[in-house]
Order: sequence, then C-alpha cells, then structure tokens
Amino acid sequence: MSDHDLPGGHDEPLPKYTKDDFTTDQDVRWCPGCGDYAVLATVQKLMAELPVRREDHVFVSGIGCSSRFPYYMNTYGFHTIHGRATAVASGLKITNPNLHVWIVTGDGDGLSIGGNHLMHLLRRNFDVTVLLFNNRIYGLTKGQYSPTSELGKRTKSTPMGSIDYPLSPLAVALGSGASFVGRSYDVDGKHLSGLIRQAWEHKGTSFIEIYQNCNIFNDGAFTSVTEKASKDAAQLRLEHGKKMLFDGGRKGIAFQEGRPVVITLGVDGTEEDVATHDAFDADISRAFALANVQVPEYPTPMGLLRAVSRPTYESLLHAQIDEAQKKKKADLHALLHGGYTWKVEDH
Amino acid sequence: MTTAAHIRRELDAVTIRFAGDSGDGMQLAGEQFTSATAVAGNDLATLPDFPAEIRAPAGSLPGVSAFQIQFASTDIFTPGDEADVLVCMNPAALKTNLNTVRRGGTIIVNSDAFTETNLKKAGYAVSPLDDESLKEYAIHKVPIETLTIEATKGLEIPSRTAKTCKNFFALGLMYHMYQRPMEETLAFIDAKFLAKTPLIAEANKRVLNAGWNFGDTAELGSGFVVPPARISPGTYRNIRGNDALALGIVAASVRSGLPVFLGAYPITPASDVLHVLSQYKHFGVRTFQAEDEIAGVCAAIGASFGGGLGVTISSGPGIALKTEALGLAHMTELPLLVCNVQRGGPSTGLPTKTEQADLFQAIFGRNGECPIPVIAAATPADAFESVYEAARIAIKYMTPVFFLSDGYIANGSEPWKIPDPDSLPPIDVNFVKTGETVQPYERDPVTLARRWVKPGTPGLEHRIGGLEKADKTGNISYDPDNHDKMTRIRAEKVARIAQEIPPTETAGDPDGDVVVVGWGSTYGSIEAAVRAARLRGVRAAHVHLRYLNPLPSDLESVLRRFRKVLVPEINLGQLSFILRGKYLIDARGFNQVRGQPFKVAALTQAIMNLSEET
Repeated sequence: MSDHDLPGGHDEPLPKYTKDDFTTDQDVRWCPGCGDYAVLATVQKLMAELPVRREDHVFVSGIGCSSRFPYYMNTYGFHTIHGRATAVASGLKITNPNLHVWIVTGDGDGLSIGGNHLMHLLRRNFDVTVLLFNNRIYGLTKGQYSPTSELGKRTKSTPMGSIDYPLSPLAVALGSGASFVGRSYDVDGKHLSGLIRQAWEHKGTSFIEIYQNCNIFNDGAFTSVTEKASKDAAQLRLEHGKKMLFDGGRKGIAFQEGRPVVITLGVDGTEEDVATHDAFDADISRAFALANVQVPEYPTPMGLLRAVSRPTYESLLHAQIDEAQKKKKADLHALLHGGYTWKVEDH
Repeated sequence: MTTAAHIRRELDAVTIRFAGDSGDGMQLAGEQFTSATAVAGNDLATLPDFPAEIRAPAGSLPGVSAFQIQFASTDIFTPGDEADVLVCMNPAALKTNLNTVRRGGTIIVNSDAFTETNLKKAGYAVSPLDDESLKEYAIHKVPIETLTIEATKGLEIPSRTAKTCKNFFALGLMYHMYQRPMEETLAFIDAKFLAKTPLIAEANKRVLNAGWNFGDTAELGSGFVVPPARISPGTYRNIRGNDALALGIVAASVRSGLPVFLGAYPITPASDVLHVLSQYKHFGVRTFQAEDEIAGVCAAIGASFGGGLGVTISSGPGIALKTEALGLAHMTELPLLVCNVQRGGPSTGLPTKTEQADLFQAIFGRNGECPIPVIAAATPADAFESVYEAARIAIKYMTPVFFLSDGYIANGSEPWKIPDPDSLPPIDVNFVKTGETVQPYERDPVTLARRWVKPGTPGLEHRIGGLEKADKTGNISYDPDNHDKMTRIRAEKVARIAQEIPPTETAGDPDGDVVVVGWGSTYGSIEAAVRAARLRGVRAAHVHLRYLNPLPSDLESVLRRFRKVLVPEINLGQLSFILRGKYLIDARGFNQVRGQPFKVAALTQAIMNLSEET
C-alpha cells in the first residue's frame, strides 16, 4: 500500500506573500482593545516572512477567545473542542509531518481543561508550536478565574477571592519535558515575532506563553510588567550568551547556591557576578528557577528560557514504520492467511 | 480385536469446559483445544470466561477462569448452553462451574487440589468428592498434579515449576477423549519455549503425552468421535473477534489507500485491537497510545482532517469520554471509525463480561441533534467484514461511524473462511485536487457528503470547527434558518446511508407467527433458537440487523409479515424500544444482563411462548 501523496513541502518557488495574504474575509469578533488583535497582526506579518507556503500552515485551536484565532488566519485551520487542540494536532502532525502545525490556546483551554493533553504533547515533542495566550482570566465565559489567576482574585465565581494557587505555565512546560520554552507579550510585536520565529525554527514542540491583556475582565493584569514606564525594571530580557541584566543595566540576576538573586550593580556585586544566560543549557535547573520568578520580587523573564534538541515523535514513529516496511512486505492476502490455515475441499 | 476404536461413539456436538484458577492456564488450554478442533474439521464456537483481576488469590472463588468450546459435525452457532464435560482444576472451579454442566455430564477433577485449605477457600465444609452432592454426574478423580510431576521426573526442574505444566495434562487427556490431533500443540510448545527454556518445552510435551496416555489406559469413557462438519469449500483459519476487527481495519486501509491512524487508550476488552494493529506498521499503520480516551479520539480526528483514516477503539466507559469529540467529527463531517467493544456496564461494570447495553449510547449519546451511523458485528469472524463496511461508509459519507462489537465477540473465536481481498467492496477516496474550485461544505447530490480537502492543497485553505457552519462556505453562522437547515442536512445525510443496505433477509419462514429480531453477538443463540422452535412447529424467522442506524428501509414491512415480533437483547430492551418507537409495532423484549450469552433453550422457550399468544 502506498499512502496518498502527502501534500506540503513543495519545491516550487515560494510566492511573495504580504500580511494581507494571511487575512481572511471574516469579521474579527474579539472585543475592541483586546490584546489578541496585536498577536494576530504579529503572526500574520510573520507568516508572510517565513519560507513556508500558505497551504502548508495549519492553525489548530481549542475553545476560548484566543481559540477563534484560526478563523482569522487565511491558512488551513481547525477550531476544535475545549482543551483538545493539542490532541487533534498530534494526530494531524503524525498523518502529515510536512505541515507546519500551530496550536493556539489560552490559560483555561491549555492549562485547565486541556492540561493533560498539553503535558503529553510537550513530552512527546512533536514538531509543532504552541502559542498560549495567558490573560489570567476566563474571557469567553465572561470573567471567572483561571489557573493562572493570582490568589485572592475576586471574580464572578470567587466573590471572596480565589483560593486556587496559580501555576506557572513555563514551569509546567519545563516540567513536562518541553524542548523549547519562552515567553513574550501581546504589544511588543518585535519581541514576540522574534520569539515565534525562533520557535518555528526549532525542531520539536515549542511552547510560548504570551501575556495578553483582557481589557474587559482583567484589564491591566500585566501593566506593571509591560507598560513603558516600568518595563525596563520589571522585565528580564533573556538573550542567549548575554548577561542577565535589567533596569537599564543597573541590576542583574546572579545565581547563588543555585538560587536566582537580584543584585544591584555596584551595591551587591559587579557585572561579573551577574549570570550569563545559556538558552541551550542541558541542565534544566536555571531555566526552572527563572520559570518560577516574576514581579514584584523579581523581574519577569521574557524571551527564550531554554531550548534543547531531542528527536520528534513523528520522526521516531515514521522511522519505525520505514524499518517495518523494509523488513516485511505489506501483503494483505498473506496477512489474512496468517497463522494456521486449512483447506476445505468441495464435497 | 477389541480396541478403543471399536467402541467409539459418534457424536453430533460436544461442549467442553476447562475451569481452574487464573494461574492454571485454562485459557491457553482452551485456545489449544480450539486450534486442534479446527484442524479436525469441526465447526466450533468458543466462550472464554475470565475474571477482571489479573490474578485473584489462588484457589479463591473470584479467581476462577474458564474456557468453553462447542464443536460439531454440523453448523453450530453458540459455545453451548451446558457443558458435556467439565475439566476442573480445583474446588473453587467446581463450585463456580457446576451449574454449567448438564445433568449426567462428565466432570474430571484434579483430585490433588481438593485439600483442606482449598476446600475451605471455596467454601466447602465437606469435600464434594466424598459426599453425595455430585451423584448426578459422572465424576473422574484424576491426581493431575501427581501425574504431572511423575511425567517430568528425570528433568532437572523443581517440582513447583513442573506443577505449572498441569494444564497440558488436562489438555492431553481431552485430546485423547475426543481424538484430536496433537501436532499443532506440540509445535506451539516448541515455538513458545524451546529457544529460551528447552527444559520447560520438554516438560510440557511429556506432560501433554502423559495426559493422552492416561486417557488411553484409564478408559474415562474415552474415544468419542465428532466427525468433521460439512462446511463450504475454501481456505479457513480460526479467528478471534478482536483479531478480525484489526484485520478488517487494515483491509480498509489497503483498499482505500489511506493510512490508518489508531488513537486509543488501553481498556478491557478492546486493548487487543491496539496490540494487534501496533504489529502492522509495515502496512503503514500508525498506532498512538494516547494519554486518555479523549486524546485518542481527538488525535484520530486530527488524522482524518489530515487525510488519513482516523480510528479509535474503546469500550463503554471510554466511549462515554469520547462523546464530545464525536459531536465534533459529526459537525466537521470528517470520516472516523469508532469501535466500541462493549462490556458489562454501567460505570466500570463487568469489564471482562459481555453485554450489548451501549446501543442507546451509540445511537443517541451526544448533545444536540447528532446522528451517527451504527454497524454491529454478529460473530467473531463477521467483525472483519462489518468493520470494513463501517470504514467504507465513514469515508463515502464523510461521517463518524460507530462499530459495535462486544466481549463475547472480542475473545470468542470461530473458523473463518478467508476472503479474497480483491472481492471486498471498493472504497473510493476522492480528495479535492489542486485547481478544483470547491467550497468546504458543498455536497454530493446523492450521498450529501461534503468533499474531503487535505491541508497542504494550494488554493483551498479553509477553516472548520465545532461552531455551526454556514451552508456551503462553512463559515461560522448563528443564523436561525441556517442552523435549522444544516441540522436537517446532516440528519438526512446519515438517513441516506439506508441506500447502502441490502434487502433484509429472513432466515426461516417468510411470514408467520414470530419474527425474532436481533443484532450483535446474540446472532448465534437466536439462529439456533429459531431453528429449534421451527422444528417444534412454530412458523418463525430470524432477522439479524447489521445496520442499526439507519435501519433498513424495508424492515418495517418485513416485521409486519409476522404476528409477533420478539427482540432478544443482552440489555433491558434497547433495540425493542427503538422498533416500537419507530414503527409503532408491538416488539417484545427478551432480556437478560448476566454478562453471558443467551442459552438457546431459554430463548427457544421464549419463542414458543410468544407464538402461543393470540
């Protein structure tokens, strides 16, 4: 048996795309002012720049505000069910590894109802990219707390304040064996675009947490991290091979006995004491430590935390199939006649 | 010359049952006896009957595992109502299986196991071998363990290990009793043990022969002959339902040219399908042991979206978890094969026992108006053809299709006349090609199926999803008229599958007193019961339904040719409810949920009783 020819991965010259080529005729239905608009524009712009044919992209999503994303991308798209985009994408990528598969999810879809599938997608390491929009609230169901909402948060379902301890998406991703983990945010298109491009270049599952403002139900959730006035002091911009400096170089992160410590240069130490970011560190401990720090105690890390190289699930599976096909002919007649058979003659 | 051969009696059909502790190897003995019986040319049907626990405490009542086989010189349909011979490895097996033996039947007991401890574990105050309780049976006390150890003397293996060969002693004894050829089993022992543990191979072979020889000398009423059955010419193999199911899926893949993607999570009694298909990678089969049932079906949907043949298998509790995803497959109109190997329910229920109580779940069990075609296998061998048909329908009509099997079909086996792959109905796949201008929800005028577009095809980029679709374009639509229209179109598409169903066959009288309507694994019991009732003068027929949704268009007119309609089901009346609701016909149920197939005698009586009603 031969598979139907798998589409994708063509050799013909790539058309010259613009952002408009990736825009659909559908009305965008996010609330005015939603951070999703900025992410959409960044992704559409990036798609026009990537050396990939439009028909080879597939955007797969679950349920929630962010999961409407595929309807606005003029590529192939699948708006699935709550929490299961990761599972649908797994079967799709196995069936056609030539496709560039993007999973768009949110803090509820990806970490609550779909937490299990996310964990397994990451450990299997399909060559796909996960864009997790984190707005720390449930938007589409109109304002309940999410797994990333802070303790004590008052929402429609927590009138006396949330008693659910929030999780760190980056720590979950690292703990699940993700081979590429990073963070960016909606309104910094340049940074976000750069990180997504790195993720696309990475062979394996890339996980990007995108801080995204929900101006209706959780406005300003990330203001202290992202607003112009404070962002230099509130963000730790991670770059491989560079010192972990922030606040205009006045402060930095040092690792003391394995723990990250904020030092003020000239007060607690010198630039020599500041750690250098190794994004490709085989040891996970520093990345894990950075995944668990944020404002106000620390600057919030932004950028690529860690990327490591590991074979992808689909390449291992297809290698097994190739090996089996080399060893054994796919002969249906022989298969049906397997085991002990006997003939009954005409009476 | 007075040899055993001269006093052998010819029998039409025999039912034997092996029963012992879960660790006694009764399933293996039963399977070997089945192979030997197939080689001897008999028709046969089997019923493995084992506990859900891997190994309950040795000697305990819950730990008993049994295997029943009926074989005959004529067509047979069931593993037998009652055993003619029970092989019993310990007191617990005797206690739990005595009611399966016919009065006057033969019981062969491993007398070594009837120790005080074992009797106590089985709840016997006095050994049943020493009192009058078994006087209605022919009891043969055989010290199987002692004889087994005896047979392995001289081999350097501990007696503990030697004792584990005792199932082969029982098997050898039964081979002698029914004159089965032993070559297949000897070859099996070599294949299984010779390379790694040659001493165990030798021990098992010696013990098997010792069992045969014991039968020869002890004259346990030995030397029954069941002549070969007259079965239609062809090449045969013995096949279990789960194996037939796996082969049917591979055949559908080969004939359609679509690679199989199986997304599954292990569950009794469906897991074997995952095990078997994972060995067929040379056919391009991709098996994906998912993190849960939901991921299994969702990954299969993703595979179908990508242009593969998405398949998921499970049993009732797992199917329950897949429910939401089945709605998505229906809404996005992607082909998907959903196999439910039913077990006793509800909830965890009886994992290793059979039941057909998931029919409502298959037909109705989703939110919204969400009809899904349902096809069921009748017998272990029929699982091949019926699952192939389910896959064909899924692809042709771009819809999820339920395929129902059950624990009895899954683990039971029967001789299967191997079909010529080229004789299987073609499965045409018609992906939209580059350059064609097609809207995502444009439909074939005959089937109403939408076209299948593979991602990666230039110029046809589009989005699908669970939100309501606008007719033709597939864009999101909340328009009331459109929702009404699309709901009806999807229902009509499924209803039109009736055009694929061949005319309903009646086995028996073309009209008359009672028509017995069945589906699934009750096929054999119903066929046997209808034949028995007709011999007793009832004008009766058997209608077996492979297609349960939609039903055959001629079904109502066929049923109305009879005064009474009887619907035997291993549930509390699900098909009968549907027939009553759909046709306003007085369909009567015959219902048992005992985790076991119907007994033919009880079913025959039900037909007789109904035929006498005016």
